Amino acid sequence: MSISIAEHDYIRLSEANMEKNKIDDKDLNFKATELRLGLPGSESPERESVTVKKRGFADTINGGSGKWVFAGNGGLEVDLVQNGGNKNLGCVKAESDVLVLPKGGLLEKKGLVSVKSDGQTSVPATKQQVVGWPPIRSFRKNTMAVSQTKNEENNDPKMGSGCLYVKVSMDGAPYLRKVDLKIYSCYLDLSSALEKMFSCFTIGQYGSHGAPTREGLSESRLMDLLHGSEYVLTYEDKDGDWMLVGDVPWDMFIGSCKRMRIMKSSDAIGLGKILNTPQNLDFSTTNQEVKSPLNLAPRAMEKCRNRN
Amino acid sequence: MAYSFPEEVLEHVFSFLASQKDRNAVSLVCKTWYEMERWCRKRIFVGNCYAVNPRIMIRRFPEVKSVELKGKPHFADFNLVPEGWGGCVYPWIVEIARGYPWLEEIRLKRMVVTDESLELISKSFKNFKVLILSSCEGFSTDGLAAIAANCRNLRVLDLRECEVEELSGHWLSHFPDSFTSLESLNMACLSYEVSFSALERLVSRSSNLKTLRLNRNVPIEKLSILLQRAPQLVDFGTGAYSSEIRSDTYSSLAEAFSGCKKLKSLSGFWDVVPAYLPAVYSVCSQLTSLNLSYATTQSPDLSKILGQCHNLQRLVVLDYIEDTGLDTVAMSCKDLRELVVFPSDPFVADANVLLTEQGLVSVSEGCSKLQSVLYFCRQMSNSALISISKNRPNLTCFRCCILEPRAPDYLTFEPLDVGFGSIVENCKQLTRLSMSGLLTDRVFEYIGTHAKKLDMLSIAFAGDSDLGLHHVLSGCESLRKLEIRDCPFGDKALLANTSKLETMRSLWMSSCSVSFGACKLLGQKMPRLNVEVIDERENLDSIAEDAHVEKVYIYRTVSGQRPDMPDFVRTMGKDNHEVYNLS
Repeated sequence: MSISIAEHDYIRLSEANMEKNKIDDKDLNFKATELRLGLPGSESPERESVTVKKRGFADTINGGSGKWVFAGNGGLEVDLVQNGGNKNLGCVKAESDVLVLPKGGLLEKKGLVSVKSDGQTSVPATKQQVVGWPPIRSFRKNTMAVSQTKNEENNDPKMGSGCLYVKVSMDGAPYLRKVDLKIYSCYLDLSSALEKMFSCFTIGQYGSHGAPTREGLSESRLMDLLHGSEYVLTYEDKDGDWMLVGDVPWDMFIGSCKRMRIMKSSDAIGLGKILNTPQNLDFSTTNQEVKSPLNLAPRAMEKCRNRN
Repeated sequence: MAYSFPEEVLEHVFSFLASQKDRNAVSLVCKTWYEMERWCRKRIFVGNCYAVNPRIMIRRFPEVKSVELKGKPHFADFNLVPEGWGGCVYPWIVEIARGYPWLEEIRLKRMVVTDESLELISKSFKNFKVLILSSCEGFSTDGLAAIAANCRNLRVLDLRECEVEELSGHWLSHFPDSFTSLESLNMACLSYEVSFSALERLVSRSSNLKTLRLNRNVPIEKLSILLQRAPQLVDFGTGAYSSEIRSDTYSSLAEAFSGCKKLKSLSGFWDVVPAYLPAVYSVCSQLTSLNLSYATTQSPDLSKILGQCHNLQRLVVLDYIEDTGLDTVAMSCKDLRELVVFPSDPFVADANVLLTEQGLVSVSEGCSKLQSVLYFCRQMSNSALISISKNRPNLTCFRCCILEPRAPDYLTFEPLDVGFGSIVENCKQLTRLSMSGLLTDRVFEYIGTHAKKLDMLSIAFAGDSDLGLHHVLSGCESLRKLEIRDCPFGDKALLANTSKLETMRSLWMSSCSVSFGACKLLGQKMPRLNVEVIDERENLDSIAEDAHVEKVYIYRTVSGQRPDMPDFVRTMGKDNHEVYNLS
C-alpha cells in the first residue's frame, strides 16, 4: 500500500497492547475492568455528564431497576478511555432498547461448558444484551422466546431469558418503536421507559417541527398527560383482544403481550374486560379503534360474525 | 455487425441469458444490442429500491413480467435500522401498475408493504401469479384477503418471516371456490388459526400444489389429512409438531408421509415431541432440504433422523445437535451443500449444549460438497478455522458467529486473524464472509490481499484503526456490500476510497468513528452517492462537524435524494433543492 494512513491506536488493541492485555486477563482480575449494570455512583461520574440529548431518549436511570440508557457515541469513547482500555466497546445505542455494555469477562468463558457430572446444567447468568447481537432475526428470537416460555411452563429445566420485541405505537406519532419486554421487571420500569421514549412526540406538538423546545417542559409533563386523562397504555394479547396494561400480573402480561399502543383515553373506554353482550353489534367496524358503545374487542366481534 | 444478424435471432439468443449480470453485460456491447436487450428483458432485479426510481426502470424496460426489489439494509434484520427509516413499496406499485399491466411476479425483501399496496397489486395485474414477501412488514391479513380474493391466476403466495398484523384467520377463506391454480403457499410466519376446512378444501382443489408451509397453529392431528389430499407435495412445512402421544395419530401421520413420494423438503416442527419424529423416517432418504431450526429436541433424536438423510443438501438446525450430531451428519450426509446452526439460547453466558468448533470441523472433513456455512458457536480457534479452510477450499459462503463479541482463540488467546485469513486465502471462490471474535487490522490485510471474489462482508467489534477499513476498500475488487458495526473505522479510510464506494451497492457503518463533517464532504464530492446519516439525537443540525454519527448508510443511486426521509435521516452534502429525480 502506498497510501499512508496513520495507524491510530484506538482504545483497544494494537499489537503491543495485545500481549499486555493477554497476560492481564489471564490473571483473571476482571473486577477492575468490568462494566456492570447498575447506577454509576462514584465509579464513573463522567457518564452522567453527556450533553448531547437523544430525541425522545433522555439520559436516564430507569425507575428502580438500575438499568440505564446511554446517549450517543461521543460520551462512550470518553468513558472507555477513562476505564483504562477496557476491551468491550459493545454497542450502546439505545433506540427502543435499553443497552448495557457486555461484561469484560471473555476469557473466563473459554471453551467451558458448565454441564455438571450429573447432567444438570448450572443456572447460567444471563448475558447483558447488546442491540442486534448476536445477529438473529426478530422472528426467530420471538419464536424461540415463546418456545422457552412453553418449556418453562412444562417444567423443562431450560434456562434463558431470550428477548421479546413488541411494537409500541402512539396515536398521533409518526412512527412506532420496538421494545424488548424481557429487560423490564415490572410495570413501573416499562412505563417509565415508554414515557422517555415517547415524550418527544407529545412535547413536539407544542414546538416547531423537528425541533421541540424544552424550556418549561419536562418529562413530568408527559407523565401528567399519561397519568392524567389524555393517554392510556394498552396492549393486544394473544387472543387479539385489547386490554389495559396493568390488569394482569407482570409475568402473565409479558407472556401474552403481542404489541402495545398508547391510546387517547377517549378511545379506551370499556377496555380491561371483554364484554360479550350480543345486542347492537356494529359489524361495519373492522379496525382496532373500539367505537361501538359496548366496546367489544375486535376478535370477539369476529367470532360473532363468523357465527352468523 | 448488427445487420448480419436478424433481430429475431439475437432475441432468441438473449432469451437463454437468465442472469441479470449477463443481460447487463450484453446491453453494454453496442447500441443495437442495448435496444434489443431492453425490449426483451422480462425480469428485473433492483438490489436497492433507492438506487433507481420506477419511472427510469419502466422507460428502459417496457416488457417486464417480473420485478424484484430490496428495501432496508441487511442490518435492519437485527433492529439496527430505526422504525420509519423507509423502504415503502407503495410508490413503486403505483408506477408499476401503470407501466406493467401484464406483470406476473413481484418479489420484495425488507420492505414496508401496506394493505393499500397489496390491494393495488391485487387489482392492477390481470395475470398476476407470484407474490413473495421476505422479511416485510406493514400489512395485515386484510391485505392478504385482497390478494386471495382478486388474484384469479395466483400461483405463489410466499410469506417468509414477515411481520403481519393479524386481524383474523379469515383471509384464507377469500380464495374463491373456482380458484385452483395454487402451486405454493407459505404462511409459516402467521400465528392466527385459519379455518381448517377452508384450508383443506383449498389444498384439495389445487392439484398443482407443490409447496405448503403451514403455521404453528395447525395441529399435528390434522397433518395427515392435508398430506393425503396433496401427496404430490415437494416441500412441506408442518405446524406445531406436538400432541399427547396417540398411536392412531402417529400411524396415520406415518402413513401419510410415506405416501408423499415426491417430498424433498421438510420444515416447521415447532414444539416438537420426539415420539412423533419417526413418522418422517420413510421420507428421510428422499430429502434434499431439512429445516429443524425450531425443533427443540435433543441430539440423539436429531441424529436418528439425520443418519437416514443420505441425499440431504441443505440442513438448518439448532445447536441441540451438538458435536456428536454433526459427526453423524459428516458421516451420513455426503451430499451436503449448506449447513446452518442457530443458537438455542444465545443470551445465556455459559454454553447450554455441547456444540463447539469441532462439529463444524467434522462436517468440513466429511462433506466434500459443503459450500455454505452459517454457524453460531461459543468458542473458536485459529487451528479449527485453518482446518476448515484446508478441508473445504470450495466454500463460497462462510459466516461464523461467536456469541461473545471479541472472543479470542480459546486455546491460545490470540486474535482470530490467522484463522479467518486462512479462510480467505484458501477459499478462493468465497463470495460472502461474516466474521466475529477478536480481530485486529491484520485480518483485514489478509482479506484485502486474498478475497478477490468477495461480494459481501459483515464485520462487528473488530479492527484497530482506519487501516483495517482501507485494506478492505482498496483490496476487495468484487466487493458490493459492506456492513460494519462497532469498529474503530473512521473518516480517513472512507475519504481515501470514495470512488470505490460508487462501485458498490452499499456501505453501512454504525457505532463507528465516522464524523458528520466527513459525511458531508463525501456527499458533496460524490453526487451519485447518497450519504444517509441516521441519527436519532435531537438538534441534528447543531451537532459539531467532528462528532461521530450514530449510523451512516452510503449507497449509489441515479435517483438523487429520496423524498421520503423521516427527520432522523439526512442525506449529507446535497443541496436542499436537489429534488428526487423522476425523469
